[in-house]
Amino acid sequence: MTQFERKHPGLNLGSHHGAAHDQAEALVFGFWVFLMSDLIIFGLMFATYITMQGPMAEAGGPGPAQLYDLRSAWIQTLLLLTSSLTFGLASLAMRHKHGVAPVVVPLVVTLGLGLTFLGFELHDFQGMLAQGAGPGRSGFLSAFFGLVPLHGLHVTAGCIWLMVMLAQIAVFGLSDMVKLRLLRLGLFWHFLDIIWIGIFSIVYLAGLTG
Amino acid sequence: MTPDTILPMIFGRIGLDSLPFVPAILNPSTSEFIAAGAAGVVFLGAFIVLGVVTWFGWWGPLWRDWLTSTDHKRIGIMYIVLALVMMARGVIEGALMRVQQGVGLDGGFLSDGHFSELFSTHGTIMIFFVAMPFISGVINYVMPLQIGARDVSFPVLNQISLALTAVGAALIMISLILGKFSTGGWPAYPPYTGLAFNPGPGPDYWIWSVGIAGLGSTLSGINFAVTIYKERAPGMTLFRMPLFTWTVLCTAIIMVFAMPPLTVATATLALDRYLDFHFYTNDLGGNMMNYVNLFWLFGHPEVYLLILPAYGIFSEVIATYSGKRLYGYMSLVVATMSISVLSFTVWLHHFFTMGQSANVNIAFGIASMFIAVPTGVKVYDWMATMYRGRIRFSVPMVYATGFLMLFVIGGLTGVMLANPTISFQVHNTLFLVAHFHNVIIPGVLFGLLAGYHYWFPKAFGFRLNTRWGYITAVLWIVGFCVTFFPLYVLGLMGMPRRSVSFTDPSFEPLTLIAMGGAMLVLMALSSLMIQLWISVRDRATAQVPLGDPWNGRTLEWSIPSPPPEYNFAVIPQVWSRDAFAADKEAGIAYQEPETYDAIAVPSNTSIGMVVCIGGVLLGLGMVWYMWWLAAVSFLGIVGAFIVRSFQTDTHRIIPAAQVARDHRVWLAQIAASPEVTRAQECSPANRGRAMNERPEPSL
Repeated sequence: MTQFERKHPGLNLGSHHGAAHDQAEALVFGFWVFLMSDLIIFGLMFATYITMQGPMAEAGGPGPAQLYDLRSAWIQTLLLLTSSLTFGLASLAMRHKHGVAPVVVPLVVTLGLGLTFLGFELHDFQGMLAQGAGPGRSGFLSAFFGLVPLHGLHVTAGCIWLMVMLAQIAVFGLSDMVKLRLLRLGLFWHFLDIIWIGIFSIVYLAGLTG
Repeated sequence: MTPDTILPMIFGRIGLDSLPFVPAILNPSTSEFIAAGAAGVVFLGAFIVLGVVTWFGWWGPLWRDWLTSTDHKRIGIMYIVLALVMMARGVIEGALMRVQQGVGLDGGFLSDGHFSELFSTHGTIMIFFVAMPFISGVINYVMPLQIGARDVSFPVLNQISLALTAVGAALIMISLILGKFSTGGWPAYPPYTGLAFNPGPGPDYWIWSVGIAGLGSTLSGINFAVTIYKERAPGMTLFRMPLFTWTVLCTAIIMVFAMPPLTVATATLALDRYLDFHFYTNDLGGNMMNYVNLFWLFGHPEVYLLILPAYGIFSEVIATYSGKRLYGYMSLVVATMSISVLSFTVWLHHFFTMGQSANVNIAFGIASMFIAVPTGVKVYDWMATMYRGRIRFSVPMVYATGFLMLFVIGGLTGVMLANPTISFQVHNTLFLVAHFHNVIIPGVLFGLLAGYHYWFPKAFGFRLNTRWGYITAVLWIVGFCVTFFPLYVLGLMGMPRRSVSFTDPSFEPLTLIAMGGAMLVLMALSSLMIQLWISVRDRATAQVPLGDPWNGRTLEWSIPSPPPEYNFAVIPQVWSRDAFAADKEAGIAYQEPETYDAIAVPSNTSIGMVVCIGGVLLGLGMVWYMWWLAAVSFLGIVGAFIVRSFQTDTHRIIPAAQVARDHRVWLAQIAASPEVTRAQECSPANRGRAMNERPEPSL
C-alpha cells in the first residue's frame, strides 16, 4: 500500500488518483460539515420523539407495543447494513481497481437493497395507517412519523442520487468529478446507516422493551 | 366539473379579498388604508425597478454580471442590497408602531390585527432579512479577501444560499400584496400559530419565508467554515487570521449547528398545519414547550451569530483608525470562541416564566451571566487598542464609540434579565424590547454600518461622503437613545410589549418621546440613502483605485479597488499577523512577482435564479394551497440540479498574460502616486495609497 497524505477523514482516494485526490480535500470536508448539520436535525427529532412518549403523548391511542413489528424492522436493518457493506466494496474498488464494472456492480446491489428497504418501510407505514395510527392520531405518532420517515426521505434522496451517479458513470466513466461525488455519496449512505441504528435502538428496541 | 371546483384547484385559497385593496374599499379605516398603501408601495416599487432596468437596457448586464455571477464579491454586494431594501421596510414598520403607541392612549389608528402583523413582520424582517443578509454580505465580500483566497470554497453553493435568502424576502414582501402575514410575533409560538387558532395564510407565510431562508443560512455557514479552514493563503495560520475572520469562523460554526433547530421548528410546525400532525397542538398529546425549546435553541445562538461579526468589524475598524495593531489578539480570539460555545447553553433564559423548576432557571441564569465575562474582555481590549493610538475620528469610529458606550448599557440590562427573579418582573414588558434593541442596534447595526463605511471604497473604488456619514451616524446614535431609553422606563412601569394601545395616561409622555426618537431614526435612514446618493454623484472626487485609503492592516487592502474578479494576481505569502501592515513596514508591499499563472474562475450559472424563482413559486404554492404549483416548482428545482450535475465545464480560464498586464498597470500607478498622510484621508488627494504612519513611540 502506497503512502500518501490523507486529505480528509474517511476513505481517501490516494495520490495515485492525481487531481481528484487534491480536490477531495475541500469537497469532502465540506460534506462532513453538512452531515454534522444534518445530524443536528436528526438529533432534535430523536429528542422530540423521546419527549413524546407515554400516556400523555399517546392520548389514548395505540403505543409502541401495538404498532411496531420488530421482525420487519430487523429485516430493514439487515438490508440497510448490507447496503452499506456493498457501498463500501464499491468505494474500495473505485480506489484500488481499474475498470468500471467492479464499482458499478456493488452500486447496483446497493440501490436494490436501498429500494427494498424503502419497500419494507412503506409497507410498515401502510399497516399503521390502516389501523388508524397515522400522525393525526396522537403526539406520539406525530413524533414517530416526524422521525422515521425523515430517515426514509433521506434514503429516497440517496437512491435518486445513486441513480444519477449510475447514469453519470455511464456517460462520463469514472472521471474525477464522478469519483468525488461517489466519495460524498458514500459518506451520506453510511451516515444514514448510523441514523438507522439509532432508530432501531431507540424507536423499535426501546419501544418494545420499555 | 363546475368553476366552483376548478378554480380552487388552480388558485387554491386565493380569493378576491386576499388583495389588500379590496378590504380597504369594502371596510374603509385608517388601518386598512395603510395596508393598502403599503401594498401600493410594493407594487409601485417593483414597477419602477422593472421600468428603470428596461428603460436603460440593463437586463443583459444585470443577468450576466450579477444574477448569474458566482463571484463572492458580487454575491456579497447583492446580499447587502437586499438587506438595505428590507431595512427600509423594517424601519418604517418600527416607526409606525412607535407612532401608534405614541397616540395609543385609549385607541390609536391601527387595528389590533394590523399592529400584530407589524410587530411580526418587523421582527422577522429585521432578523432574517436585514441582519442576516447584511452580515452574510459583508462576510462574503471581506472574508475571502482577508485570508488571501480567490473565492469561497463552493461558489455555486454561495449563489444558491443567496437565492434561498431572496426567496424568503420575496415571500414576506408578497405577503403585503397577497393576503396577510402572521400575527404570531417573530418566534411564531404555537398553539396560537397552529391551524386551530390561525387557519389563514399568515403563519404559512412565516413558515416558508423563514424556513427557506434558514436553509440558505445553513449552507452559507458550511461554505464560510470550509473556506476559512481550507482556502487560507500560505503562511496564514489560524492565529495569523484577522480578527474579523476569526469571528466569521465562529459565526459559521454557529450557523452550522444553530440553523438546524430552526429548520426542525418550522418543518414540524408546517407538519402540524398541513398534514394534521400533533407536535404542538392543544389536543391529542401535543407539547408546545418542545417548539419553544427548539426555536430558542436556534434563537439564542442566532443573536451571537449576528453580534460576533460585528465585534470583528469593530476590531478591524478600531485597530485601523488607531494606527495600531489590535490589543489582546489572543484574548479576543478566546473570548469569541467562549461566546460561541456559551451561546448554546443559555436558550432557556428566553422563557424563564414558562414553568421550569427554579433550579433549572438558576442554571441557565448563571450561564447567561457568564457571557458578560468574555464580552467585557472584548470591550477592554478595544479600549486598550485605542489607548496611545493615533486615533482618526472617522465615521466608522463614531459608530464604534456609540457602540462601546451604548452596548455596555444593553449588555448590563441583559445581565439584569439573566436573573430569573428580575425576569419574572419585567418579562413581556417594554423593558425587554428596550434591552434587545439596545444590543442589536448599537451592536449589530452600528457594526454593519461601520463596516459598510469602511469597506465601501474597497468594493466600489470610491469613498463614501464623510459629511453625510457623520450626520447619519449621529442621527442613528441619538435616534436610538431617544427611542429606546424611554422604553426601559415604560417597561419598569409595567407597560406590556406588543400592546396596540393602553389605558394608563402616565405612559403617554414617554411613548411620545419614543415616537419622536423613531422620527430621528427615520431621518437616519433617509440620511443613509442621501449619503449614498451624494457619494455616487460626487464619486469623481473620491476615487481610491489604488486600494488602500485607510492605511489598512489586512490583506484586502493590498489589492486594487474594486478588486479584479480573481482577487489576487498571485496568492500572497503571509509571514505574520496583520499581513499587509507588516509588508508595508518591511517595505515589501506592492512587489511584482517573478511569474504570473493563469487563473481558473468559476463560470456563471443560472442555477441560483432557478432556485430563486422556483422557490418563490414553491412557497406561494404551499401558502395558498396551490398544490400543482408547489409540485411543479419543486420538481423543477430538483430537475435543474440533476441537469446541472451533468455539466462538466464549470470553469473559465483567465490567461496569465491578462493577469500580468492588469497587475503591472496597477503597480505602475502605485509607483507613480505619492503617499497621502492621515490628514488628507478624506480629501480628493487620497487615491488609495496611504502613508504607513505609526503611533507615537511610547515614552
